[in-house]
Amino acid sequence: MKATPSSFTSNALDIDAAAVTGALEHAIREIVFARLHRKGAVVGLSGGVDSSVTAAICARALGKDHVFGVMMPESDSSDDSLGLARLLADVVGIKTTVENIAPSLEALGCYQRRDEAIRKVIPEYGKGWKSKIVLPSLVENSQYALFSVVAQSPSGEMKRARLTAEAYLGVVAATNFKQRVRKTMEYYHADRLWYAVAGTPNRLEYAQGFFVKNGDGSADFKPIAHLYKKQVYQLGRYLGVPDEILRRPPTTDTYSLEQSQEEFYFALPLEKMDLCLYGKNNGFAPEAVAAAVGLSGEKVQRVYSMIDSKLHSTHYLHLPPQLVEPVEEVTATH
Amino acid sequence: MQQIEQEVRQFVIENFIFDNNHRNFSNDDSFFDTGLLDSMGVLTLVDFVNEKYGIPIEDDELLPENWDSVNRIATFVRARFSPAIDSQDNSAQNCIV
Repeated sequence: MKATPSSFTSNALDIDAAAVTGALEHAIREIVFARLHRKGAVVGLSGGVDSSVTAAICARALGKDHVFGVMMPESDSSDDSLGLARLLADVVGIKTTVENIAPSLEALGCYQRRDEAIRKVIPEYGKGWKSKIVLPSLVENSQYALFSVVAQSPSGEMKRARLTAEAYLGVVAATNFKQRVRKTMEYYHADRLWYAVAGTPNRLEYAQGFFVKNGDGSADFKPIAHLYKKQVYQLGRYLGVPDEILRRPPTTDTYSLEQSQEEFYFALPLEKMDLCLYGKNNGFAPEAVAAAVGLSGEKVQRVYSMIDSKLHSTHYLHLPPQLVEPVEEVTATH
Repeated sequence: MQQIEQEVRQFVIENFIFDNNHRNFSNDDSFFDTGLLDSMGVLTLVDFVNEKYGIPIEDDELLPENWDSVNRIATFVRARFSPAIDSQDNSAQNCIV
């Protein structure tokens, strides 16, 4: 049943976790075994809640012996990530492997290319420095959200500079190697095991284009892509995902300085973003959502506009390869 | 059409409009409302204005009223040039018509 604008509360996203789990188990079995004709699922484990819930629900649906976890640290990964991923695998009871992707990234020039891009705005940036790229807070500012790089020198001095278009694209293009190498490794294991690759985006990430095309955006199925972030947490608690993982602030784990998803992409705390996306998707006026989100109606309207803008600008990420003419013999068999 | 408007419009056409159907936009059309530009487009425009007119852009100037149409950008550029004009800076004056 669709809620009415007058009934919007911060509980709007609450789910019946047992019922959702049952539906997901059924759907995953149907997708992996019947549609994809694969024996199981490979899940890239980051130590975050999304990959943890994906692995846990796949293990319930397919059997823990039919789920394989791959942990893929690199030079900028947080020290916590590997330990939390191992903890999840132990709790769920799935087999795993650790693939250090740093040598592959080094060989591709990932770190060197990123550093060269950063030097376009911070010339002294180099060996021993750490960095992240950030957006201004949407709540505190009415300006356009343009990326800046924040860098820390080996002596601890912090610098911040707004990125030019060339520098921004250079940093993103270089760091996207990380997600693409990880996906390559996931498909290696999927191919050798005759498994499908499970993608781990939640609804915020999927709808707002927070993924790398042919990187973490690539998968054979995405079992939690329709679930809001709060719902993923609810599911995590129901499925027994360890508290250490549920308490961990969502992170991109892509840059050498600690970086939240909020400062990198959403420019708004995820719980507020969650409610705004739900409100917008379900036809609530900004004023109806404002109190539950703790923002003014005007600011919720700005978030709605930003959601539309991202839907538009990231549409390309969702598109499959475009054909000049349909190839009937392929579409006819699906 | 004045020079700044022409230069900005030409830059937008060359960098963001890849088909002939969308070239007839008005200089008052909102880039965002019409879907002509996204935040990546604004970033590119900021770089263009910075390089073309030698204007460093501060974060608090990254507002829709300065950047969301050809005419708004032209008005913003002229306003930033005003002190130079007032002080009889001919080189700056020559850039804006």
